[in-house]
Amino acid sequence: MTLDPLILSRLQFAWVIAWHILLPALTIGLASYIALLEGIWFVTGKEIYFRISGFWTRIFAVAFGMGVVSGVVMPFQLGTNWSRFSDATANIISPMLAYEGLTAFTLEAGFLGVLLFGRNLVPRWAHFAAAVLVAVGTLFSTFWILVTNSWMQTPGGYKLVDGIFYPTDWMAIIFSASFPYRFMHTVAAFYVTTGFVVIGVAAYLLRRNKSAAEARIMLSVTLWLLTLMVPLQIFLGDLQGLNTLHHQPAKLAAIEAHWTREARAPLALFAIPDQKGEKNDYEIEVPLLGSLILTHDINGVVPGLKDYPREDRAPVIIPFFAFRIMVGVGFLMLGVVLLGLWLRIRKRLYDSGWFLRALMFAAPLGFIAVVAGWTTTEVGRQPWTVYGVMRTAHSVTPSLTGWDVLVSLAGYIAVYAIMFPAGAWMVARIVRGGVSGQVDSPIEGGRPSAPVKPVPGDAS
Amino acid sequence: MILDFVPMWTLILGLAVFFYVLLDGFDLGVGILYNFAPDTQTRNLLMNSIAPIWDGNETWLVLGGLGLLAAFPLAFAIILPAVYFPILVMLLALIFRGVAFEFRFRDAEHLTFWDRAFGCGSVVATFAQGVVLGAFIQGFQVTGRHFTGGSLDCITPFSLFTGIALLFGYGLLGAGWLILKTEGQLQAAARKQARLCFLGTLAAVAIVSLWTPLVDGEIAQRWFAWPNIAFLAPVPLLTALFGVLEWRAIADTRADLKPFVYAVLLFILSYLGIAISLFPMIVPHHYSLWQAASSPDTQIFLGIGTVFLLPVILVYTGWSYWVFRGKVRADTGYH
Ligand code: HDD
Ligand code: HEM
Ligand code: HEM
Repeated sequence: MTLDPLILSRLQFAWVIAWHILLPALTIGLASYIALLEGIWFVTGKEIYFRISGFWTRIFAVAFGMGVVSGVVMPFQLGTNWSRFSDATANIISPMLAYEGLTAFTLEAGFLGVLLFGRNLVPRWAHFAAAVLVAVGTLFSTFWILVTNSWMQTPGGYKLVDGIFYPTDWMAIIFSASFPYRFMHTVAAFYVTTGFVVIGVAAYLLRRNKSAAEARIMLSVTLWLLTLMVPLQIFLGDLQGLNTLHHQPAKLAAIEAHWTREARAPLALFAIPDQKGEKNDYEIEVPLLGSLILTHDINGVVPGLKDYPREDRAPVIIPFFAFRIMVGVGFLMLGVVLLGLWLRIRKRLYDSGWFLRALMFAAPLGFIAVVAGWTTTEVGRQPWTVYGVMRTAHSVTPSLTGWDVLVSLAGYIAVYAIMFPAGAWMVARIVRGGVSGQVDSPIEGGRPSAPVKPVPGDAS
Repeated sequence: MILDFVPMWTLILGLAVFFYVLLDGFDLGVGILYNFAPDTQTRNLLMNSIAPIWDGNETWLVLGGLGLLAAFPLAFAIILPAVYFPILVMLLALIFRGVAFEFRFRDAEHLTFWDRAFGCGSVVATFAQGVVLGAFIQGFQVTGRHFTGGSLDCITPFSLFTGIALLFGYGLLGAGWLILKTEGQLQAAARKQARLCFLGTLAAVAIVSLWTPLVDGEIAQRWFAWPNIAFLAPVPLLTALFGVLEWRAIADTRADLKPFVYAVLLFILSYLGIAISLFPMIVPHHYSLWQAASSPDTQIFLGIGTVFLLPVILVYTGWSYWVFRGKVRADTGYH
């Protein structure tokens, strides 16, 4: 058996980024949530909001730390495993990635320390301001990363000379066709993901009757937000689908496992796509629905995979199922928030044990949808790294052997298999402790909060 | 006629890489010395001396990497595959080390595991960086725009040697930092470690300075041909001078800051030495800075933001060091 460095590099990239994305999904949401809580506290003066924000800040600290260490790995992947991609596209993507790094850095050096360790050291308005700035900073990070990715999906504003991309129009590069949709849908996804974590934790605390007053507020406020966000998220997803149909029709055909171009197309709810035979097995279809959903018109024309040469088709089965997982989760979430609304109207929200239990199980739903959604997006883009222009097969580092990548992939798997469970355990510990009035012990988190006091001279 | 931005980017990248070497250098150095700490109390102190600043320090690694990609993408695309395994090992070690900071105090029951992760992670990451440096100085097998050697080519006697050399070098920086941040017995211990690391560093610098011109004719030519030798003589002479000063500062029990400062100066000189040997090549023997540069549009577009953001970052960094100035004390001293 020969080991293919291309396949292994793709697996490795998927492995490291899928873990990395989980942390921004939480920290971006939490940063905004913490800012919101401190904002409410600032306006109403109710101490309880400040206590809740303290609780989530501790979880945020762990997640952010893990986000940083798993993020440092990312840009190096582009060099070690995707050197031809880097060589060809650097003129365009490197400023975006560098701007992300610069923003993240400015943020980290500037306000993060105040947010994490300054609760008792700075005036509270300054702490609130730090929370807002950190939240804005994480959104800037997301902005630049998604600019990069969206340009790879729907490239524009460039010219190609001898296989190297050169920028011609920065605005067209930054605001590429899919960027606005991807940005909105992804940020909303991060908020929803965090929201479900928050209500899951609140449900856990309520069930254990721990920090009950705080938990009620967490549940109530967050559930209201989710009642707005989840439908919005589905709406934004629909918009993104329309955009994909327009700009990446081959991807859309793969997502829907749709083989022949046709009007009045059906929608496959379930199928086992057969890539070689160019057909679906065990298909369950709803007539007309495909055209209706994808084009918002019963007579709309839906592209088919057979429009494209075989070598330009994505591996249908992965985006097909990944997409269905994401959408399934989306509607499951909708069910949860509607149930919550109904219970709230009946004033049973805090004491129906089965619902609280369900919320605990629903806590990780967002992460599943995020990874499924990105799998749809990235595998659906295949066989291209820059859609329609540069192939994945031409992006990989030429000097690598299969064994090289197998060894490195095994290394990443082993290390992440220790690090991520340890991080999850750490978060679980904080959750078990509940919301406490007291702040972290001085050296918790490896960073002294009080000892930062300068010692003048050598007096002791 | 387009303006030439390559010198500016060379300077920015050079600074970013140097800041990384200096800043993460001393906290990796503290991590190396951590392995020799006798008890939990000492370990707490060592950890606390770098805890508030280490993640800021590590961010320079990302900036350095992205800076290379942005300014000299061809070099990025050739060098990184050529040092595939040292980079991998470095990243994995940095992960262990990074999470150990967070977990060590939260996870009191498993103190020893995270202590090891921290100590060993620091040693391994440093060694891997030294190997990268050595491999870079030696150069790579390149065809067209690609590295075409094998992934283990970078492991040579020379690069293994630079790996060990960097352990002493970072150890010296770390010990200098500890002399500055601690007092009493701990400081005395740091002085002993500093002396040992200093001797190791000095020997390594001397050996590298002889080894490189011997194996590489171009480097020999660069340094020893007339009139270069006259212009460049100050570099080795200053190195010798600072070496003597460093030796005396380590021994002088009243000098708290000087051992660190002279260690930094020694690093600057070694860094300059390497730059002089290689300039203007960014992929030794194959591509110059100008040949590997990204498009002028790219350099301008990123340059605008960088010129504004870099000073802000430097001010913040300086400020956070200012806030955490003074001696650290063990947890008992906190309130
Ligand atoms: C909480 C997470 C979440 C939820 C509930 C949904 N999505 Fe989503 N979706 C994402 C999280 C996400 C994502 C992870 O953020 C993706 C990956 C790339 C992107 O732009 O957003 C994504 C991608 C993505 C794409 C692929 C775009 C492309 O690259 O071509 C489409 C068409 C949709 N979504 C549509 C939907 C629809 C119709 C949903 C209705 C239920 C839905 N999403 C729910
Ligand atoms: C949608 C995808 C991504 C998002 C939204 C995202 C967002 C973030 C955010 C918010 C952080 C700050 C730490 C945290 O909270 O986790 C971070 C860290 C980081 N990310 Fe990602 N990221 C994504 C993908 C990537 C990719 C593809 C790369 C590399 C090419 C990357 C490189 C980094 C680096 C280097 C850091 C550490 C920065 C530091 O030192 O502070 N990320 N990311
Ligand atoms: C943050 C969310 C992201 C996730 C979860 C994600 C996931 C993936 C996955 C699963 C693959 C493998 C596809 C396959 O093998 O068929 C992949 C490939 C890749 N992605 Fe992404 N990606 C993300 C964002 C990005 C960003 C922001 C960049 C640009 C810097 C990027 C660049 C790449 C590259 C270069 C490849 C390798 C070539 C390929 O297999 O397509 N990705 N990604």
